[in-house]
Amino acid sequence: MTGTALVLGIGNVLWADEGFGVRCVEHLAQTATFGPEVTLLDGGTQGLYLLPFLDAADTLLVFDAVDYGLTPGTMKIVEDDEVPRFMGAKKMSLHQTGFQDVIATSQLMGTCPARLLLVGCQPEELEDYGGGLRPVVAARIPEAVRIARDWLAAEGFASADGETITDNLADVSIRHDAYEGGRPTASEACRTGDARFFPKGA
Amino acid sequence: MVVQTPNGYTLDNSGKRIVVDPVTRIEGHMRCEVNVDEQGVIRNAVSTGTMWRGLEVILKGRDPRDAWAFTERICGVCTGTHALTSVRAVEDALSIQIPDNANSIRNIMQLNLQIHDHVVHFYHLHALDWVNPINALRADPKATSELQQAVSPSHPLSSPGYFRDVQNRLKQFVESGQLGLFKNGYWDNPAYKLPPEADLMATTHYLEALDLQKEIVKVHAIFGGKNPHPNWLVGGVPCPINLHGNGATGAINMERLNLVSSIIDKCDAFNKNVYVPDVIAIGGFYKNWLYGGGLSSQACLAYGDIPEHPNDFSPEQLYLPRGAIINGDLTQVHEVDVRDPEQIQEFVDHSWYQYGEEGVGLHPWDGVTEAKFELGPNAKGTKTNIKELDEAAKYSWIKAPRWKGHAMEVGPLARYVVGYAQGHEDISDQVNGLLRTMDLPVEALFSTLGRTAARALESEYCGRLQKYFFDKLVKNCINGDESTANIAKWEPSTWPPKSRGVGMTEAPRGALGHWISIEDARIENYQCVVPTTWNGSPRDTQGNIGAFEASLMNTPMERPEEPVEILRTLHSFDPCLACSTHVMSPDGDELTTVKVR
Repeated sequence: MTGTALVLGIGNVLWADEGFGVRCVEHLAQTATFGPEVTLLDGGTQGLYLLPFLDAADTLLVFDAVDYGLTPGTMKIVEDDEVPRFMGAKKMSLHQTGFQDVIATSQLMGTCPARLLLVGCQPEELEDYGGGLRPVVAARIPEAVRIARDWLAAEGFASADGETITDNLADVSIRHDAYEGGRPTASEACRTGDARFFPKGA
Repeated sequence: MVVQTPNGYTLDNSGKRIVVDPVTRIEGHMRCEVNVDEQGVIRNAVSTGTMWRGLEVILKGRDPRDAWAFTERICGVCTGTHALTSVRAVEDALSIQIPDNANSIRNIMQLNLQIHDHVVHFYHLHALDWVNPINALRADPKATSELQQAVSPSHPLSSPGYFRDVQNRLKQFVESGQLGLFKNGYWDNPAYKLPPEADLMATTHYLEALDLQKEIVKVHAIFGGKNPHPNWLVGGVPCPINLHGNGATGAINMERLNLVSSIIDKCDAFNKNVYVPDVIAIGGFYKNWLYGGGLSSQACLAYGDIPEHPNDFSPEQLYLPRGAIINGDLTQVHEVDVRDPEQIQEFVDHSWYQYGEEGVGLHPWDGVTEAKFELGPNAKGTKTNIKELDEAAKYSWIKAPRWKGHAMEVGPLARYVVGYAQGHEDISDQVNGLLRTMDLPVEALFSTLGRTAARALESEYCGRLQKYFFDKLVKNCINGDESTANIAKWEPSTWPPKSRGVGMTEAPRGALGHWISIEDARIENYQCVVPTTWNGSPRDTQGNIGAFEASLMNTPMERPEEPVEILRTLHSFDPCLACSTHVMSPDGDELTTVKVR
């Protein structure tokens, strides 16, 4: 398969492990370099805004935190027709409904990428507003990136170790290190709520 | 029990209770409960945000110059509006004057976002409340072509073959079993009134709107450097201008501006040939369904936006109007001061938060966001599985903002009612023209369809304004002013030790404000009052119901177990709960569940 590839990280960085997809694409950009036919993109929770990027791609790889009801940190890889079904298996957040719709819309328009791969990870914690990735999820990023590079290489999009310079990532103030390192302490910025959104809380 | 509210509603919760949770095709999670009488008419309405709101807590202690990047992530839709509101708040706090070009570019981006949001809202979130895409499969393409030419003679895409192709594509999509986008519809409900040809025409435009929206957003990529998540800058805009440059340095040159100009033309053509005619055509089949007005005839609020000159937010300098209407008196438009601690206050008597004492309202600069989740004595179910809320107690994650104690509607209809009452020339012309074309009295404006129509008219008006500010930008650059940012106060060493400011915009969904307090170069407090907080607010200390609740009152339902009418009216507000609240439970795997009790 030739043509162009889109590597998309989706999710909301403000909700702890929800940021997995966005952090994966950041990490990929920091460690690998591709040919001009590959676009790396932080898709956030943008829904239909992402449609033009899907239209332009023949191959799509998505990083996302997806709730499969597995042990936190478990990776789950699904391909092609399975992708939309899995992304809708359990709607735990806004963007999954949204992104499922984005895929459905691109199918309706006849512009959906021919190949799809979802590199998913089971989150541990979502209900921590302003929080970062939990260690068990963060630890999976290198593996997720490795899987992505291998699959893309098999599809004809080889990469080399290095760095991808792109404007398509998050602003530096909310990149992984700055975001988690700059977080105020709990006493400075209250982050507690009730048992419903912190079910595992003390 | 029957309760009389101070804002004029008679609430009767004795009839059958209907629960819609979640309300679909919106951003975020909301739930709605109503009681209907024996005739199926809604006699009590309870709207609740089921997500915890906490965007303020993460900004505390951050660099104020970065706040826009965080607020941009609050929501998947109004990213740019939040960012703009944020940089305006910081500039207000630090008294930073932005250049004229920055004002024009920000206005173009904001207007562009209004058009994008209104088009996507109408075609992709709201149209399915009026349009039945399954019924479109029964349409005669030739008759559809004739309808199209009658509705909009200047729209080029109107041949029978074109509609036949779309119908075939739709057929394949539906037959492949991936109803996806069109699932959860009540497609055999008699509340749908369009003939198959109108359904096919509107569904076709659903597809055309998808193509257009891909073009519209390019403007954000050009001025914001990228899209999604365009860049913003305290002090101006982050794109340099070099009119005669070759673009290699990333600066805005004539070639980029020509692209912007062509997109502005496409927006205009779509508004004129498709969007506004569709609303008139579809609305024509629903002229007897003028429910859902709620507070729009009583109490409307707009902060105003799109300033002619940088940093000048005086009402007469704004293209989108500012003002407040109360007690249904359209002869008087009150001035709004967002800094006045007596004007805008948030109450939490019926919200799952607590202040030091009950019954008080806090101005956003003094805002507190401390959760207190408890169900009232008459609630049914448990905290994690609520069967029925007790609206006499706390029942929502949304606070109740009030203007001088009044529950207010915000959004396109509120802006247009305020503008109409002020005698705003462009707005009055548009409204009078629409009412004439549809042969409707001015009272028809105060309805669900009025809200939908105001959004279409606003999209058209914003298209014209976009062109105005584009021309202004180009003219200013040709005259030699290529400045886009003022960075004289970029360094925190130039800031006072303590300051506070407010940023206002008219987001697509309504009045949006960010209030910031800065201390020692860090954010000390940050409070956002978003449009859906106004519209979706629960009852307040006095018992006034909010705009969503008021709009549902006295609406008859064809089939109470199929809440088409509830969705229709709630969708007409374009609710966005992603920013007013946050996801509550990781187990929200249900589709719409409607429970009748």
